[in-house]
Amino acid sequence: MEKIFSFKLNGKNVRLTASPERKLLWILRSDLEHTGTKFSCGEGFCGACTVLVNNEAVLSCQYPIQNVNGKEVLTIEGLQKNGNLHPLQEAFIQHNALQCGFCTPGMILGAYSLLLKNPQPSYRDIVEDMEMYLCRCGSYNRIIQAIQTAARTKKGYKS
Amino acid sequence: MKDEEYNLINSIKGQEGVTLDRREFIKLMGGGIFILFSVGEPFAFQERRQRRGYPQDFNAYLRIGEDGRVACFSPKIEMGQGVFTSMAQMLAEELDVTLSAVDMIIGDTALCPWDAGTFGSRSTKYFGPPLRQAAAEARAVLFQLAAEHLSTSKEKLVVKEGIIFVQNNPENKVSYAQLAKGKKIERHLDKKPPIKHYSKHTISGKPTDRLDGRQKVTGEAKFTGDIRLPGMLYARILRPPAHGAKLKSVDISAAKEIKGIKIIQDEDIIAVLHKHRDVADKALGLIKAQFELPEFKVDNQTIFKHLKDSAPDGETVTEAGNLEKGKALASKKFEAAYFNHYVAHAPAENHTAVVKIEGDKATVWASTQAPFRAQGDAARALGFSLENVRVLTPFVGCGFGGKNSGGQVAEAARLAKLTGKPVQVAWSRKEEFFYDTFRPAAVIEIRSGLNSSNQVVFWEYHNYFAGSRSSLPFYNIPHHRVLSMGGGWGGRGGGSAHPFSVGAWRGPGSNTNVFAMESQIDIMAEAAGMDPLKFRLLNLTDKRMKRVLNAAAEKFGHSFSKAPSGKGYGIACTDYLGTYLATMAEVKVNKRTGEVRVERVVCAQDTGEVINPEGVRMQIEGCITMGLGYCLTEEIHFKGGRIMDENFDTYEIPRFSWQPKIETVLVDNPEMPPQGCGEPAITSMGGVIANAVYDAIGVRLFILPMTPARIKEALKAS
Repeated sequence: MEKIFSFKLNGKNVRLTASPERKLLWILRSDLEHTGTKFSCGEGFCGACTVLVNNEAVLSCQYPIQNVNGKEVLTIEGLQKNGNLHPLQEAFIQHNALQCGFCTPGMILGAYSLLLKNPQPSYRDIVEDMEMYLCRCGSYNRIIQAIQTAARTKKGYKS
Repeated sequence: MKDEEYNLINSIKGQEGVTLDRREFIKLMGGGIFILFSVGEPFAFQERRQRRGYPQDFNAYLRIGEDGRVACFSPKIEMGQGVFTSMAQMLAEELDVTLSAVDMIIGDTALCPWDAGTFGSRSTKYFGPPLRQAAAEARAVLFQLAAEHLSTSKEKLVVKEGIIFVQNNPENKVSYAQLAKGKKIERHLDKKPPIKHYSKHTISGKPTDRLDGRQKVTGEAKFTGDIRLPGMLYARILRPPAHGAKLKSVDISAAKEIKGIKIIQDEDIIAVLHKHRDVADKALGLIKAQFELPEFKVDNQTIFKHLKDSAPDGETVTEAGNLEKGKALASKKFEAAYFNHYVAHAPAENHTAVVKIEGDKATVWASTQAPFRAQGDAARALGFSLENVRVLTPFVGCGFGGKNSGGQVAEAARLAKLTGKPVQVAWSRKEEFFYDTFRPAAVIEIRSGLNSSNQVVFWEYHNYFAGSRSSLPFYNIPHHRVLSMGGGWGGRGGGSAHPFSVGAWRGPGSNTNVFAMESQIDIMAEAAGMDPLKFRLLNLTDKRMKRVLNAAAEKFGHSFSKAPSGKGYGIACTDYLGTYLATMAEVKVNKRTGEVRVERVVCAQDTGEVINPEGVRMQIEGCITMGLGYCLTEEIHFKGGRIMDENFDTYEIPRFSWQPKIETVLVDNPEMPPQGCGEPAITSMGGVIANAVYDAIGVRLFILPMTPARIKEALKAS
C-alpha cells in the first residue's frame, strides 16, 4: 500500500508516494535521481550507502522510507555550501584519500557523523568508528589522516 | 620471456571493436590541431590489430582545440589507478601548458583509439612515451605556426603555459588558442621529435593530487550505475543457485502482480524490469524456480588434489644448465609444495551496464576495463554492426582484472532490445561473487638445493594453474627449469579444471609465484644459517634487485637474524614486468587465537622514471593493504559450482583496523622509461607475510590465506 511521505533532503522539502518498506537508498538513487549515494553490497556490510538521518549515520540500503518521514536527510550532494567544499571534502582531496572514489561518499558521511559526536577523535576512535566502512582500493591510512586534518580545522562540521 | 599476456588477449572472446575512421573523427571534432600517433605495444597486440584490419599507422590522438584546451583521447579507463592524472601530467609537461588546460577523454569507443583493455600495469608504460612524443610534435607544429604569425624564426621563440613569445620581447606573443583558431591541421607522427630531458621537468615527476578528486568527494563523479535516462528500466535476472544448474520449472505468477513490472522470458533469460531497482528486486524474490543441481565433485578441501589430477602436460617457461648436474652439486636439498585458494576481485562497484537503442544504433555505458570488448559484446547481443555501437566508460569503481570481462553488457543489450526501453543491469553483490572470474586456486612444487658455499645451485619449479608471470628465477641459479601446467588466468588448457570461471586478478600469477619462491628462499636461508637478507644478496647479481633490497632494508631500520628470530620480520622481493621491488614487514602472531597482526610494511620500488610520485605511493599503499586480504582471510568457499560466499559477511576483506603502518621508498631511476605501478607491490605480500609469520612463531604456512584456524593447526602440528 503506497503512502505519501515528506522529509527534508539536503535542506529542501521533498514529498513523494512510495510503499513504506522501500529503502531510502533506492528512493534517493532511483525516484529522486540523487546518485551520489552508492549501492555496493546491498545488505549493510560495506557502508557505501551511508547517509545521515537527523544527524545519525544510517545504512540507506537497509533503512525504510517510513522511518524518514518528517526527518532531515543529508547526502553527499548536500555537504557543499555555496560552492565551498566541506572541510572533510577538502581534507580527502588534500590527502588523496581515495582512488576509485566509489566508497568515498559513504566514507565522508561516516566521518561526518563521527565528528559530530566526537569532534576530536583519537586514531583509535576513528578506526573503531569507521571499522564497518570498506575501501577495496586500500586508502584507509589516508582516510584516517583526512579525518584528523578535518578535525583540526576550526570551521565546525555541521553542514 | 614467455608471458601469459598473449594467452590472455587470445582467450578474450569478442576483442573486436571499431572506432570511427580518421576522416569521420576529425569531422566530428571540429577545428584544431590534431596529432595522430602510434602506441608501441607488445607484438601480440599489434598483430591482433592488423588481423582485425585496424589502421596500422596510428592508434592514438591528441588535439589542441580552438579554445586552447588540450584533449587527450585515451582508451585507458580510470578505475582508481590514477592514469587520469599521470597522463595529463605527461602531456602538459611536453606541451608546456598548465595541468588544468588538459581534458582527458577516456574509454569512449567513438573517439578513442582501439585498445585491448586497461590491465597489466601497462597504461603509463606503453601509452605514456608515445603520448609525450606526440605532444612534442604538437609543440613543434605550434612553434612553426607561431614563427609565421609573429614573422620571426622558430629559434627565437619560447613558450610558457600555452603562450609563445619572442625571447626578450614578451609583448610579441601568440597563444595556442589563437594559433589553433580556424585551422584544421592534421599531423601524423612518423619521426620522433626530441622530448624534454627529465631534469627539465616541472609538472611530470612532481607529486600531484588526483585530478578526479573534487568530482569524487562531491558525489558528482558519474559511475555507470549513475546514468539516468528517460524511461529507463532496472533489470534483475533469475540466476541459477550453482554453475551448471539447469532450470526445471518456474512460476512467475506472484511477480506478475507487482504494479508496473515487466517480465521477459526469452530463451535462457528470465528477467523482471521496473522503473525502480528495488521494486525489480522484490519481484525477482517472488519468482519461484526449481533447478536441477549437478552432482558436485570438488570443494575447498579437495581442490588441490583435483587440480593436480586434472593438470595438462607442462610447458617449459624457462630452463638453464642441467638439473641433474645441479642436484649433484647440492649438499643440501629442499622440497616443498605451496597452495593458494580462489580469491574474488570484490570491486566496490558491481558490474553494471546501461544500454539505450535508437533505431539501428546503440549507446552503451559500462563499468569495464575493456570498452572495445564491451562494444563487441553488445553488438553481438543486438545483431548490430560494431560501427553502430558506441561504448562510453564512466569512472570505474575498482577493476583489478575482474572487469576485463562481464556478461552484464550483453544482458542489458538483450533486454533493451526486448523491452524497447533503455535498460540498466547492475549485478547484486551475490551475482558479483557468483559470476566473478576468480584468481585461480593453484599448487606450486619446488625442489631446490644449496652447495657448501650457500649458493643456490638448482631450482626445479612445477606450477599448477597459477599462471607463469613472475615465475622466472631472478636469483643467480646455474641449473634451473620452470614448468607451467594449466594456463593460469588465461585459461588455455586449464580452464575446464576449475568448477567456475577464473581470470586475471591484480598481479595475475605473480601473487602465487612470489609467495612460493620467496618462501622457498627463506627456507634455504635458514638452512644456510644466514639471515634472509644476506642470503638473498649472496645469491643475486642483478644490481636493480640488490638496490631495492638495500633501500628497503635501510628504511626498515632493523637488522634481520637467522629465522625464526621471534621478532616477526619478513622479507620478499620480485621483478614484476620490469618494476623491481622489495618489501619488508613486521608482524605479531597471537598463538592462542592464531591471528596475525601486520604492524608495519616497508616497500622500496624501482619503477623507472616516476611521473606522479604521489600516485605511485598511493598504488603501493593500496597494493599492500589489498594484499593483506589474500594473505590472511580471502578465500572463496564452494561446493562444486555453488559459491557459498555471497557478501562481505563471510568473505572478509581488509578493514581500517587491519591497517599497518606503511612506508614507501621510490628508488630513483629516471634513466629508465616509466614502468607499471598498479600491480607490482601486491605480488610480494604472500611471501613477505609468510616469512614474517615464520620468523615470529617458527612455523611455516604453505597455504594462502593464513587464517587463524590454519595457523593454530600448524602450531599444533609443530
